[in-house]
Amino acid sequence: MLELLEELFSYSFVVRAIIVGISVSLCASLLGLPLILQRYSMIGDGLSHVAFGTLAIALPLGFSPLKVSIPLVMLAAFLLLRIRESSKIRGDAAIAIISCSSLAVGVIVMSQTVGMNTDICNYMFGSILAIKQEEVYLCVAISAIILALFVFFYNKIFSVIFDINYAKASGTNIEFYNMLLALLTAAIIVIGMRIMGAMLISSLIIFPALTSMRILKKFKSVVICSAILSCICFLLGVVVSFAYNIPAGASIVAANLGAFLIFWLISSIIRR
Amino acid sequence: MKALLCKQISVKYESKLALEECSFEIDTGNFLGVFGKNGSGKSTLLKSIAGIIKPNSGTFDFYGIKKNEIGYMAQQTPVQKDFPASIYEVVISGTLCKHKRFFFYNKNDKKLADKNLELLGIEQLKHKSFQELSGGQKQRVLLARMLCTEAKLLLLDEPASGLDTAAAEQLLSTLKDINSQGVTIIMVSHDIQNAVNFCDKILHLGKAHFFGSREEYNARTA
Ligand SMILES: Nc1ncnc2c1ncn2[C@@H]1O[C@H](COP(=O)(O)OP(=O)(O)OP(=O)(O)O)[C@@H](O)[C@H]1O
Ligand SMILES: [Mg+2]
Repeated sequence: MLELLEELFSYSFVVRAIIVGISVSLCASLLGLPLILQRYSMIGDGLSHVAFGTLAIALPLGFSPLKVSIPLVMLAAFLLLRIRESSKIRGDAAIAIISCSSLAVGVIVMSQTVGMNTDICNYMFGSILAIKQEEVYLCVAISAIILALFVFFYNKIFSVIFDINYAKASGTNIEFYNMLLALLTAAIIVIGMRIMGAMLISSLIIFPALTSMRILKKFKSVVICSAILSCICFLLGVVVSFAYNIPAGASIVAANLGAFLIFWLISSIIRR
Repeated sequence: MKALLCKQISVKYESKLALEECSFEIDTGNFLGVFGKNGSGKSTLLKSIAGIIKPNSGTFDFYGIKKNEIGYMAQQTPVQKDFPASIYEVVISGTLCKHKRFFFYNKNDKKLADKNLELLGIEQLKHKSFQELSGGQKQRVLLARMLCTEAKLLLLDEPASGLDTAAAEQLLSTLKDINSQGVTIIMVSHDIQNAVNFCDKILHLGKAHFFGSREEYNARTA
C-alpha cells in the first residue's frame, strides 16, 4: 500500500492531478448543497453537456478549451436562469433543451472535423494524465475565487435558500445570488471536466452534499462534512484508479457512491 | 409622521383579481390590523407590501423605511422536508438584513439571537433541527428570526396561528412592547375580538374595503 502511494506521488502528473482534483472537489461539494436545496441539481448535469459541446467546437479550431468553455458555459448558465424566471418554459425543460442542443452541435462539429479522438474521449470520461502545468494555475485560481466568494456570502446564501420570500421581503437581491451560484457552478464544471469528464462531473457536485444530509441536520455541519468527504472520496478514487487501472472519473464516482451508501446505512440504523 | 402610503393597490394572479383598489395610510408607530374573510386578499396585500409580488396597479410610498428595514412573517413558510438547518442558524439569519457589506455575524447579532430565542421560549431547542419541530415551535422560531431584524416596519400574517393560548398572548404583548418603541406594525389576524384592542388603525378587506381608526370601526360594527 505504502509503496503504491510512494510510486503514485513520484509522478508529477499525479501531483498536478491531485492539486487540481482537491480544489475542484472542494468547490463542487460546497456549491452542491445550495443547488440541491433549491432543486437545481439538474443544472449541473445540463451545464456539463453544454461544456462538452463547447469543447468539441474549441478543440478542432485549436483554441485552449478551458478559456473558450468557461465563458460560454457561464453564458449558458445565465440564459438558463433567465428562461426559468420568465417561466413560460418550465425550468427542467429549459435545461433539457439547452443541454441536448449544445451536445448535438458539438457532436456534429466533431464528426465533421477531428472525429472521436483521444483528446475528445479524455474530456468525456476524464483523465488525470492530461493536465498541463498552465491549467493547474488556472484551476487553482478559479477554485480559490469560488471558495472565497462562498465563504463571504455563506450566511446570505443560507438565508436565501432557506426562505426566499423572507429574504426578498428584507431587501435581498435574490437574482444576484441565483446568478452567482449558477455562474460559479458553470466555472467549476468546466475545470472539473478535465479530471472527471463531462459525463461524470455533475456527480462531484451532487454526491457529497446528498451524502452528508443523510446524517447531519445542521447547515454548517453539512457544509463542512461534504467538503471533507469530497476530498477523501477524490483521493480514494485516484488511488484505486491507479492501482486497478480504472479511469479516474469513474472510480471517484464509485467512491462517492460508496460513501453515500455507508451514510445511508448509518442513518437508517440511527433512525431505528 | 407618515410611514406608509398605499394607493389603490390591485393584484391579479394570472387573470383572477385577488385584491382590488386597496388604499390606506399609516403613521410611524401605528399598529394596523388587517381583517377580512378567507380569500379576501389579506396575505396578498402583505406580500405586495413586502415586495414579494408586484401589484398590477397602484403604488406604495415608504417614508423613512428602507427596503432592508422591513420584517416579514408569512402565513406559511414552506421549507423542504430535508433542509438541514438548526434553530440557531435560522434565528440568527434574521440579523443579516442589517449588514450592508460584510455578511458575518458579530457579537451583537449573537446576543440578539439569544435574547429572542429566550423571549419566545425556545432556547432549549437551539441546536435542534428545524424540520424536527412541531408547527407551533416552527412558528416561534420564525417569529424569533423576524424579531432579530429589528425592523422599522413589521408585516405579520396571522402570527398567532398555531401558537397555544399562552404563547399567543405572550406574542401579542411582545408586539405591543415593540410597537410602543416606535416600530410600525401591520398584522393580519382572524381573531378580531382579541386583536382589535391592540390596533390604532383597522383595514377590513371585503366587497367594499373599510379603512379607519379603531373607534370608527367599532362605531361601524356596533
Ligand atoms: N398563488 C396564487 N395563485 C392564484 N390565486 C391565488 C394565489 N394566492 C392567492 N390566490 C387567490 O387570491 C385570493 C386572495 O388570497 P389571499 O391568500 O390573499 O387571501 P387571505 O385573505 O390571506 O385568505 P386567508 O384568510 O385564508 O389567509 C384568493 O381568492 C385566492 O384564491
Ligand atoms: Mg392569508
